[in-house]
Amino acid sequence: MATQENFDGGRTGMTLLARVWQINLVLVVLICLPALVGFAMLYSAAGGDMEPWAGRQIIRFGAGLVIMFAVALVDIRFWIKSAYFIYAGAFALLVGVELIGDAAMGARRWMDIGPLQLQPSEIMKIALVIALARYFHTVTAEDIKRIPVLIPPLLLILAPAALVLRQPDLGTAALLALSGTMMLFLAGLRMWKLGIALAGLLGAIPVAWQFLRDYQKARILTFINPESDPLGAGYHILQSKIAFGSGGIFGKGFLGGTQSHLNFLPEKQTDFIFTMLAEEFGLVGSITLLLLYFAIMAYGTVISLRCNSQFGRMLGMGIIITFFLYVFINMAMVMGMVPVVGIPLPLISYGGSAMLTLLFGFGLVLNIYIHRDVQIGRRLQHLRA
Amino acid sequence: MQGETSRTKMFTRRTLLLGGVQSLLLAGLAGRMYQLQVLESDRYKTLADDNRINMQLLPPQRGRIFDRFGQPLAVNQLNYRLVIVPEQAGDLERSLDALSNLLPIEARDRERILREARRKRKFVPITVRENLTWEEVSRIEVNAPELPGTMIDVGQTRHYLAGEEAAHIIGYVGAVSEKELEGDPVLALPGFRIGKNGAEKNFEMALRGKAGSRQVEVNAFGRIIRELRRDEGQPGDDHFLAIDMGLQEYANARIRDESAAAVVIDVHSGELLAMASAPSFNPNSFTTGISHTEWNALLANDRFPLTNKAISGQYSPGSTFKMIVALAGLGGGVMNPTHEVICPGFTVLGNRRFHCWKRGGHGRMNMNKALTQSCDVYFYEVAKRVGVDGMAVMARRFGFGEKLGIELPSERKGLVPTRDWKLAVHGVPWQKGETLIIGIGQGFLLTTPLQLAVMTARIANGGIAVLPKLVRETRRAGQRLADAREPFPSMGLPPAHLAIVQKGMRDVTNSPRGTAYRARIEEPGMAMAGKTGSVQVKRITKAERERGIRKNKDRPWKDRDHALFVGYAPIDAPRYAISIIVEHGGGGSTTAAPIGRDILREVQRRDPARRGPEENIVLDSAVAV
Repeated sequence: MATQENFDGGRTGMTLLARVWQINLVLVVLICLPALVGFAMLYSAAGGDMEPWAGRQIIRFGAGLVIMFAVALVDIRFWIKSAYFIYAGAFALLVGVELIGDAAMGARRWMDIGPLQLQPSEIMKIALVIALARYFHTVTAEDIKRIPVLIPPLLLILAPAALVLRQPDLGTAALLALSGTMMLFLAGLRMWKLGIALAGLLGAIPVAWQFLRDYQKARILTFINPESDPLGAGYHILQSKIAFGSGGIFGKGFLGGTQSHLNFLPEKQTDFIFTMLAEEFGLVGSITLLLLYFAIMAYGTVISLRCNSQFGRMLGMGIIITFFLYVFINMAMVMGMVPVVGIPLPLISYGGSAMLTLLFGFGLVLNIYIHRDVQIGRRLQHLRA
Repeated sequence: MQGETSRTKMFTRRTLLLGGVQSLLLAGLAGRMYQLQVLESDRYKTLADDNRINMQLLPPQRGRIFDRFGQPLAVNQLNYRLVIVPEQAGDLERSLDALSNLLPIEARDRERILREARRKRKFVPITVRENLTWEEVSRIEVNAPELPGTMIDVGQTRHYLAGEEAAHIIGYVGAVSEKELEGDPVLALPGFRIGKNGAEKNFEMALRGKAGSRQVEVNAFGRIIRELRRDEGQPGDDHFLAIDMGLQEYANARIRDESAAAVVIDVHSGELLAMASAPSFNPNSFTTGISHTEWNALLANDRFPLTNKAISGQYSPGSTFKMIVALAGLGGGVMNPTHEVICPGFTVLGNRRFHCWKRGGHGRMNMNKALTQSCDVYFYEVAKRVGVDGMAVMARRFGFGEKLGIELPSERKGLVPTRDWKLAVHGVPWQKGETLIIGIGQGFLLTTPLQLAVMTARIANGGIAVLPKLVRETRRAGQRLADAREPFPSMGLPPAHLAIVQKGMRDVTNSPRGTAYRARIEEPGMAMAGKTGSVQVKRITKAERERGIRKNKDRPWKDRDHALFVGYAPIDAPRYAISIIVEHGGGGSTTAAPIGRDILREVQRRDPARRGPEENIVLDSAVAV
């Protein structure tokens, strides 16, 4: 039983080959499908050209796959051991962009490291999941009932969320807060405490409002009353709905989206790429993609539930929750159900940071599948021994 | 271990719960997709098309106007415009500097260009200068490589080749005013012109044609991506006037220095062969926008150059009305042509004297002599016997007091007074003396030169109720349009009565005693018949009469008599009728009759009515403008 009390317990010494053998090919294929859809849409967004988006996206996806497999094959105990270091590193980077970051689109989100542009808030999405998974791995069901035990995870969530909000990046802040909260729920937090936490979040809204830039306030106000300013802040969402709705059941055909190709649709290669897909492939295309995403989430949930360690389960579900939030917020946004926030459509929107983040995350899901039977002890000192 | 198991169980439970919530949320997304793409799809499809499709009107080419032989009078000229596209020009200020080395750009224009460039989208061309000459165009084309973003654009402007010669007939086009904007959307196009006067106004709808349109696909910035559909529309109809431009120019030259009007009409067809009104104006000034000074000068001119005196000028017909009085007398049976009236130089009614123009009197007058010598006393007597209403009936049969329906705006109907009219309008009963004055074509009576020409034509053609006609023919896309005009009816006048009047008119110009004998046409076969008229514009007081009436030329211009002449030729087979009025011209026989003679001689020489216009209209050469 003692072995179950530390991280190093259980089955050890899987060979690399054995791990490769354990890679879940179904998940890999499920991940590749939306990416292929993405390449096609980026090809269309460029008016039928691999340049400037589709070609680069393929290279990024290739690089992302390599990273995904590397993440998958690393021993799961490496991830639990380094969980807080990763979080600390991501947090440091967040503070770093706050100090030296480049302002893009009026928001400081990027950091130049040599030729690489880094978006620390993306790394933080994964880092937070890993850190929370580790924290709740070590906490027993009884411990969770104690209030002081909840203070560290709340800080883990709120500190980066506040920093990201300051950038300001409303979408990522919301995503961090929501995914953190859902993980607290999975960890067994009492419902009423979760209620208090939610009330606290609601109470924080007026404070958060102060952090927002004018354009963000305008987006939210526009969402509440979209007809107030059809040519201003409401223009994008209105044009998106027009594009979406005009697609009808079967769509206007590949490369045939008038709204997209005549530039009525904003940001068609990034945040609004789903609208373009819906315009060109209609309800059939949009429902198909939705089902594909649902399959990934369902399969990811099954993998998480089959995992033996709490760390693995929390980690897997954390990634799936993050993925769900990406999908839901982006789709709801382009259909005018939530305010416009800068959340890309996972695996499809053009952009390197989000792609790498997601593939890194799916690497972790593959990892917990490979290491599903590994028993991990509860205490760190045992690990060191 | 117990704890571990329960923790796993709770995790599973909560995961399934969360998964359920997530599935519900995704189902919500699917529902929204259904709502947008199925339920509301039609609305969004319409909105998407509204977004991307722009309708543009293509202005139709305005119908041209030719004379009867196909000589172009009003055409569309290519208007070369220099435009600049800011997007391609780069530095607009520097481009304008470079351009001003080639052709002068006024500071005012420069400001306008820069202002438009700030307001409009970068790819919308801005007009720098209009109406460039060929020299300017070629100067720019040669230097085109150094002038990025500049282009020569071709539009159309109306050009009046006849200029002043037919300004009153053709009129002119001008910018559409706010009031006129209703109806055709093509009117709202920038730079669109519509007829403001003359035939241009009267035939506006036929000349305008139908606007074409094109549907273009535009992107979010309004830039045209491609053309989806194009409808060329229908160019306006070409109009061929009855006017013989050569004759028109001759008539103009003959009255140029006067304030006058001359009308030449075909007595059978009613075709207007010439209709001159002097002074005239240059209609081309109006197409590009007339200057303030020029406009004010036109308005201030006391000879009213903008008025078409032939149809808008209303004058007492004077002695040219005596044919109507004679026919009224004959028709009423109150005057026998052989009955004689003695003219002592005046007649007395009550205690008032009515003078003849000839102070010593004409002596014994019968109808023929009275017409030939224009004896006023004789016609006082006829008028007395017929009465004002009897004269009015005959006058109306000849087209007086009504619009004749000439295809021009601003035709006036003149005035044929009756007893009822005076009571209704002036509130006082008719005076007998006024009847006498009507007998010599003065008093309340008002006629237009066109009406006088039509009257003369109806006498000359043997009593056919001919009506004037300005347009001979219209063609749409080169095809002649059907003309459904019915033949003119007979007026039902006894030929014997007309013969008496015709003989009188013939003797006016051909009998040595006739008032216009000196203005006769001596060329064989061209002899004309006519009637002179002189109309007092100022009442002669008794004191003046006793002092001796001053000769016309001794009076100020404004006080001189109007000079009139009507006539037709040739006598044996009348074809052309004419009316002349020279405002303040002095005497009809001295001023108007010679003009009438010259024009009647010229029209017989040219003989436009008999020259087949069909072979003369060579459109191709006429079009090459």
